[in-house]
Amino acid sequence: MRLTCPLCGDRDRREFYYQGEAVMLERPAPDAGAEAWDAYLHLRDNAAGETQDLWFHEAGCGSWLKVTRNTVTHEVIQTELVAK
Amino acid sequence: MRYNALQVLKEGLFGNRGWKPVWRNPEPKAEYDIVIIGGGGHGLSTAYYLAKNHGLKNIAVLEKGYLGGGNVGRNTTIVRANYFLPGNSEFYSHSLKLWEGMEQDLNYNAMHSQRGLINLFHSDGQRDAFARRGNAMINQGDDAVLLDRDGVREYLPYLDFDNVRFPIYGGLLHPRGGSARHDAVAWGYARGADQRGVDLIQNCEVTGIDIENGKVRGVQTSRGAIRAKKVAIVVAGRSGQVAAMAGMRLPIESHVLQAFVTEGLKPCIDHVVSFGMGHFYISQSDKGGLVFGGDLDFYSSYASRGNLPMKEHVMEAAMTLMPMIGKARVLRSWGGIMDMTPDGSPIIDKTDTQGLYIDCGWCYGGFKAVPGSGYSFAHLIATDQHHEPAAKFRLDRFRSGAGLMDEEGTGSQHNLH
Repeated sequence: MRLTCPLCGDRDRREFYYQGEAVMLERPAPDAGAEAWDAYLHLRDNAAGETQDLWFHEAGCGSWLKVTRNTVTHEVIQTELVAK
Repeated sequence: MRYNALQVLKEGLFGNRGWKPVWRNPEPKAEYDIVIIGGGGHGLSTAYYLAKNHGLKNIAVLEKGYLGGGNVGRNTTIVRANYFLPGNSEFYSHSLKLWEGMEQDLNYNAMHSQRGLINLFHSDGQRDAFARRGNAMINQGDDAVLLDRDGVREYLPYLDFDNVRFPIYGGLLHPRGGSARHDAVAWGYARGADQRGVDLIQNCEVTGIDIENGKVRGVQTSRGAIRAKKVAIVVAGRSGQVAAMAGMRLPIESHVLQAFVTEGLKPCIDHVVSFGMGHFYISQSDKGGLVFGGDLDFYSSYASRGNLPMKEHVMEAAMTLMPMIGKARVLRSWGGIMDMTPDGSPIIDKTDTQGLYIDCGWCYGGFKAVPGSGYSFAHLIATDQHHEPAAKFRLDRFRSGAGLMDEEGTGSQHNLH
């Protein structure tokens, strides 16, 4: 699998660190309660099909990327920078 | 029909024409007391122990493909009880004891071979950690022997002891660890469950779970609706999709774990060898193939196949540990879908829906748990009480933070196990 970094271009998967579902971008307020924090930290849609997840270009430009990907076929549909 | 040696001899003499199918292929009834979703190792053992330990008869196992066609037929067949944390420790200890009596209990040859498992260490600090783990195993009533370098050499003379990066300092031997024939475990439990009246229904995909007023009523399937008083979800690898039918989101991410097998070779690796620093472990099957694997590919996937970087890593680790393996040729590799929980430990619990139970989150360790998981899950379903050895596998431990079981000590967060 290869990912296209918007800054560096088409790169080997080994350059990237996988964080998890892009739900990690929606951090609840500190006082949002246990349910909201459980949903944020632990509960996942875990879709078989199209999903959005976060990858860190660790051995490249150091950007965080939001990647739209198919978990069944490993097709990478879109990559974009988290910080616009 | 019970199997015995005389019968095998007789069948051998007469062309093996007398064997009959060992389970029925029934049509689903309109209603059951208990419906188990998933005809893998854990689902079949759950059905077996529901019938055997709790005397329940009106049970169906619904399997969307064929029995034992999922992870129970795709794993690397290691059986062990070398866990450290309370919660895991007593559960896997119980499971290993069930393994030791399983073949007699089921009257089925699962080729369970307690050939010993050795976890290698490569530094003084790692030795201390393994000594501690060994003490925890002994405290649990299981067996562990701390081997020094010469001790390991007696068992595994073919390793590269003087590797520059990972010189071998010793190993923790778990003599009762070993392996088993994975398919036979599923078939043995299937046969046992069928003999006790459980309906094993294959090619029957569950498409919905019926819930009324917070209580489960049954399931919708590709072969029609089936009413049920209790429904149990045991579908590791697909837990998220099935749980979603009941409106649940689970603390699970599905990852791919790859495994490899070489062509059949003469016996050369007599034990299960685990090289933790290289994320590599290996054993030899009774057919002669070297069966080995590594770590997760580390991104969520349902593809049942992995990527090349992890293959390369596993081959490098193999060559680092045992250079002789370079002469073997890899026959095939495959990937299984792992239910990964944040803390790396499983879930056996009730749900917020009355009558709906879930057994999931086995990460990459589900095979050795097949007997224990079925035994404890059956107890939970039949009595609505947690079974003591599995009582800490709670679904709500992530929300509350109480009772997390992070065996690796890396943190309770997705992508760390």
